[in-house]
Amino acid sequence: MVCLVTFSVFRGSIQIFSYEGVIGFLTGTDWNAVEGRESFGALPYIVGTLASSAIAMVIGVPISLGIATFVSEMSPPRLAAPISFVIELLAAVPSIIYGLWALFVFRFWIRDLIEMPLYNAFHGSLPIFAKYPFGLDLFTAGIVLAIMIIPIISSICREVMRVVPNSQREAAYSLGATRWEAVRIAVFPYAKAGILGAAILGLGRAVGETILVTLVIGNVIGIAAIPTTLFSQSQTLSSLIANEFNEASSDLHLSALIGLGAVLLILTMIINIGARLLVRKMVKVPTGEKGRR
Amino acid sequence: MSSKERKNYRMILHEEMKKRYRTRIITDNLVTVFALVCVVAAIIPLGSILLEVIKNGASALSFEFLTAPQGSIGSGKGGIGPAIQGTIIVVGLASLIATPVGVLAGIYLSEFAGNGIFPTVVRFLNNILTGLPSIVIGIVGYVTIVLFLGSFSVWAGALSLSIIMMPIVVIVTEETLRIVPHSLREAGYALGISKAKITMNIVLTTAKSGVLTGIGLGIARIAGETAPLIMTILGTSLFFSGLEGPVDALPLRIWRLASQPYESAHAFGWGAALILILMVLGMNVGLRLLARKKGFTVRAEA
Repeated sequence: MVCLVTFSVFRGSIQIFSYEGVIGFLTGTDWNAVEGRESFGALPYIVGTLASSAIAMVIGVPISLGIATFVSEMSPPRLAAPISFVIELLAAVPSIIYGLWALFVFRFWIRDLIEMPLYNAFHGSLPIFAKYPFGLDLFTAGIVLAIMIIPIISSICREVMRVVPNSQREAAYSLGATRWEAVRIAVFPYAKAGILGAAILGLGRAVGETILVTLVIGNVIGIAAIPTTLFSQSQTLSSLIANEFNEASSDLHLSALIGLGAVLLILTMIINIGARLLVRKMVKVPTGEKGRR
Repeated sequence: MSSKERKNYRMILHEEMKKRYRTRIITDNLVTVFALVCVVAAIIPLGSILLEVIKNGASALSFEFLTAPQGSIGSGKGGIGPAIQGTIIVVGLASLIATPVGVLAGIYLSEFAGNGIFPTVVRFLNNILTGLPSIVIGIVGYVTIVLFLGSFSVWAGALSLSIIMMPIVVIVTEETLRIVPHSLREAGYALGISKAKITMNIVLTTAKSGVLTGIGLGIARIAGETAPLIMTILGTSLFFSGLEGPVDALPLRIWRLASQPYESAHAFGWGAALILILMVLGMNVGLRLLARKKGFTVRAEA
């Protein structure tokens, strides 16, 4: 199956790679589908993808870790089950519905409650805030992506933290540690690899997410899609594919879009394989890491 | 050291310890509050999504909305009948493809494969497959079937969705079969039944509810997929016209409606979202509750 996927994606993209050259395609910044002046470069969208995913990770990972810590270490057992249930529900909501909600509801919250105050306070002093925010931008896309990956990361983290043997915690408590100290010195180091793996799986999700990003990121093409501020409109690999696939005018244009898919495929494969190897290391040698470090 | 100095030193030490203890307790409380805030922050979006979808979606609902094809763009007439029909057809077909293959592969991995190199590789690739972006899988559907048949078709959509669903079914099947207690299999062997029969009649029967849950979760997942449908079934405002033609689907319709600049289209989008979320969340909640109930009974028996 994986072979089929890889094969067909690459077969579809051969044309563009031979037209632009692999390096040319990866580093080009033009995107012009007009016949006779075709020029396709994927760099802006690679940057857009990485930037929006990075925002999602910066926001999503600490919150997921907080949730996992609360559910597995702190909450009374009666509360833990319903909370995990709700988080799992959040994971089941289709991304198109996140997108719809983000487009019609959430972006106004973001714009009025977060972006405007930041803009008013810092637009003179910090260049990353120096653009009048509309709500349809990189920052919104990053936050909605964070909301979408939180359930995934936190439920894996919870599982990983649950397999940390109680003796680790008891050892910490017997030294007089508070609850947080026990989590910090006994649970986190033990579950480190698993938590990292969970975060990377979440990253893979964020990088590949399409429809939600398409609705909120603003969809600009060409060099303008390289974000210069946090509130810039941008474009990701997947959102560009979704936007232009049905309007692709020529075979070359189509092939360029499939080429973007190939880049995306390689990106997510690397991310995923890395994550699986880390998680496996964790599962395979559960006693390998003894408490500290 | 005089006794006075010693006393003094002890007091300083005591003070210092007390101060440190206080900061440690404060840190502990702060972290607890932070964790709680995280939980609340994650639940707010779910609450808001449900609220908005129900609030905006309920007003769009009517018999016409559920059954009629879409009226002319921006008119606010018609409904999402073709989208509901299309979702059912495409998802149904996809699960017909993915279920047998996925379940059999899961059975193979759990019962027959052991821990050699080949099954390890299969498991690894299967895990990778779950992590691939759905839009890439849509491209596969496009390149293999749409280009081959020459038109956007139900088949391409169903194939793409089945590629997304299959690894989920494989994983859940394997894991459920693994928790079936070995004593049941041994009881079968003791009666001299063949391995195939044991697998089909004893192991699979015991694990039935778990496997069905996995299939259901897979269906719920693909019912909400949008990206691969853009390049496979295309979407149309007409009813189903054969497996080789384009159809519509709920997530796709929501996407198109949301991109239109008309209030009436947005209202339709919310209505379609309500139907979709009812389908997907209903299946999820039901299956999870069922699994929890069955899970406990299985564990009690074992």
